[in-house]
Amino acid sequence: MIEPNPYKSLFAASAQNKRRAAAEKRFHRLGLAAIFVGLSMLAILMTTIVTKGSGAFQQSFITLDVALLEAKLDKKGTRDLDNLKKVTTFGYAPLIKVAFEQVVVARGIETDLTSKDMAAIVSKSAAAQMRDCVLNDPGLIGTTAEFKFLANSWIDGYLKGRVTRETIANNKNVSIAQLDFADQLIELGIIGKSFNIQFILGADASDQRPEDAGIGVAIIGSFAMMCVVLLLALPIGVASSIYLEEFAPKNRLTDFIEVNIANLAAVPSIVFGILGLAIFINTMHLPQSAPVVGGLVLTLMTLPTLIISTRAALKAVPPSIRSAALGVGASKMQSTFHHVLPLAAPGILTGTILGLAQALGETAPLLLIGMIGYVATNMPETVSQGFLSPNSAMPAQIYEWAKRADPAFYERAWGGIIILLIFLVTMNLIAVTLRRRFEQRW
Amino acid sequence: MNSQTIKISARHVDVHYDKTHAIKDVSVEIPSNSVTAFIGPSGCGKSTFLRCLNRMNDTIESCQVSGDILLDGENIFDPKVDPVQLRAKIGMVFQKPNPFPKSIYDNVAYGPRIHGLAQGKSDLDALVEQALRRAAIWEEVKDRLSAPGTGLSGGQQQRVCIARAIATAPEVLLMDEPCSALDPIATAQIEELIDELRQNYAVVIVTHSMHQAARVSQKTAFFHMGTLVEFGDTKTIFTNPTDPRTEGYITGRIG
Amino acid sequence: MSSDQHIRTAFDRDLDQLQAQMLRMGGLVEVAILDAAKSFETQDVQLADEVRVADRIIDDIEAQINEDVASIIALQAPAARDLRLLLSILKVAGNLERIGDYAKNMAKRTHLLLQLPNIENSSSSLRRLSREVQLMLKDSLDAYVQRNTELAKDVIVRDNDVDELYNGLFRQFVTHMMEDPRNITACLHLHFIAKNIERMGDHVTSIAEQVVLVVTGQMPSEDRPKGDLTSVDVKLSQE
Repeated sequence: MIEPNPYKSLFAASAQNKRRAAAEKRFHRLGLAAIFVGLSMLAILMTTIVTKGSGAFQQSFITLDVALLEAKLDKKGTRDLDNLKKVTTFGYAPLIKVAFEQVVVARGIETDLTSKDMAAIVSKSAAAQMRDCVLNDPGLIGTTAEFKFLANSWIDGYLKGRVTRETIANNKNVSIAQLDFADQLIELGIIGKSFNIQFILGADASDQRPEDAGIGVAIIGSFAMMCVVLLLALPIGVASSIYLEEFAPKNRLTDFIEVNIANLAAVPSIVFGILGLAIFINTMHLPQSAPVVGGLVLTLMTLPTLIISTRAALKAVPPSIRSAALGVGASKMQSTFHHVLPLAAPGILTGTILGLAQALGETAPLLLIGMIGYVATNMPETVSQGFLSPNSAMPAQIYEWAKRADPAFYERAWGGIIILLIFLVTMNLIAVTLRRRFEQRW
Repeated sequence: MNSQTIKISARHVDVHYDKTHAIKDVSVEIPSNSVTAFIGPSGCGKSTFLRCLNRMNDTIESCQVSGDILLDGENIFDPKVDPVQLRAKIGMVFQKPNPFPKSIYDNVAYGPRIHGLAQGKSDLDALVEQALRRAAIWEEVKDRLSAPGTGLSGGQQQRVCIARAIATAPEVLLMDEPCSALDPIATAQIEELIDELRQNYAVVIVTHSMHQAARVSQKTAFFHMGTLVEFGDTKTIFTNPTDPRTEGYITGRIG
Repeated sequence: MSSDQHIRTAFDRDLDQLQAQMLRMGGLVEVAILDAAKSFETQDVQLADEVRVADRIIDDIEAQINEDVASIIALQAPAARDLRLLLSILKVAGNLERIGDYAKNMAKRTHLLLQLPNIENSSSSLRRLSREVQLMLKDSLDAYVQRNTELAKDVIVRDNDVDELYNGLFRQFVTHMMEDPRNITACLHLHFIAKNIERMGDHVTSIAEQVVLVVTGQMPSEDRPKGDLTSVDVKLSQE
């Protein structure tokens, strides 16, 4: 016989209930603690990235009036472009020295530096910058133009606090006298920090000119690769998913294929890099380090994930829709394309965007096909060049900068991470928005 | 009764799902312009047999169907027959209302569109209107044809599904427990509609409610464990059935 | 009244048909009552035979109504008012069939009574009685169609008049029998006829009660005054 419940009153709590309530409360607290830990980790990560990387977006610039002497630049006085081009950056460099001498005199700066040492505080890209300007507009010759030059990375580091008088004790590249000189220029407002758009848009630079380094070309490289991935992975992935889900007969061969696709999704990405090297570069002789090869490798890598997420989206469409379409006299093909696919589209889209975002951040497969270590110094000029000429990608570029010895590059690596994260967050937001918008309709 | 023609004639139909013998040697004749009901306990095979009539069982891989089913004298299993064409002639309405997540207009127009039944927009409009009128839902939706089909009440959705099924001008209408997801008022409305539909179509309805079969049909077939136990006039089945199993089911002694 | 119609028109059709059948039966029974009384009064043997033959039609209709009611109950599973309605139709048809039988019996005795001595005023009294019952029947059927409980209750009360009339006839026949023993046979037959007509009145009352039942769900109260006291009051039987 079952004993009657001793707790006759609703208000009396049994020991079991109390224990259960206590356990649930503990679980709640654990959950909250876990969330708190996760959020604080995220906060730490974000703070670190932002504080370390934001410096890359600001550079020190030196504003100088430079007399563009005709005697040095256009001896014949014809303003003929071919002749002007013959004057190399070596021809422009002395003009900077002259400009500094003039400034010292005009503003009454006290310094023992030679004009050569003075000119040295300017970035080595200054001469090239002037030359490009003049070649663009030869009318400037004979006038005095105001130029905004990048300061060299040491002076820049000085303004950012990275470089101090103690740290440069044994440094050959910068002297204390130069720092004093720089102080005076800062006071006069000739040297100042401002937003450096070149970092986002410009090309990478050699070891000697970290201040000039930019991630722009790498962005183009990443973009070209993403285009390749989108154009190849989306149709192939969606088509094979549709076939496997709707049309393939359920036999052992299909099971075998499905198992292998699932396994491929777990393969380390560097394996795809080796595959890319062996097939695309060695056998098919595609250009090395080209975004098209990188795109192909990343396509292979994204395809399994894409197929799996597309199949999930297709499975989520209720069978009643298919039955309804078939019942009205639609063929299997019509039912799939007119009804199932539009309903699965938001899921497929989300899966594609997430796959792309993942591919954007992959570095290992690019290693073996040569996109890491390649210094992307030139913007591609045509679309086909964008795909076929050697380039780098954003994560590869970041890795490259982090590797270099100069601490100025280190700062740029952090800046690159910020840009990469902005891209990833944007893509995720697009995915979420699209999913929300399409889900409402159904 | 004597002037009633036979629309569908099924002879010795067997259905196997892998090893299970789901339908055992069923032969039945379904008259046109009347309602035939299939009743029986759960799992007796009535839905399976219904799906044979428009070859929906073809879509299930493990299902094998044998026997003959003649529609107006033509065997639907003949290799010359395209199941897709067949399903334009035999419409189907399902248990849970399943309108496409499109506008009401597009729901009803889909069938005619893919079968090329209308020439031009005004033709299609007329077809859609006729179907919605025949399904007794035109008055309620004529002002919102572009609203999504999923935004209606259960009974209304089911009537849109019926309109969708009759838009392809079928001759037979198969209904698989069409009211089981609906409340009593909506059910009564659908039953009234079925009464009207039998003027134009041969209706076959599977229902787990024998009382619904009693109310709505002229002929009733009682299925039990895959076999057709008894088939006859509804009045006879419910007042004086021949087979004791039928009597047992009707009076609630078995099943 | 739209609220009175079922969503499923087939059900309404079936109920309407049944009711029409029942009213047709009622009409035939009314005719039977009047014809039987007339045949006795005018000593029209042919009319009496017609009444007897017509009773078969009445019986057939009752059988058909029984079958149809069973069918509707089996197929439509009616509830509440619909169920009371159907059961009442069954009952009313049964009552009508009995009334029809009484009318037939009356017609049968016409043959006999022609050969027996005439009892004065008997035919006119019987005619009055049967006319009264026929009017009650007509009103009760009207009450049924109109679902008029007031009219139905009135019919129930009028049964008293029928009972009074019957009491009167009873005393008359007793008087006649005591006056002249040769009248006994005729009077007994006449008494049977009178009793049958009185019983017809009771059946009509039953029909009227069904009206109240259908509309209100309750039978009318049992304490309607019973006019026929011949079985209770000795003084009435002895005169």
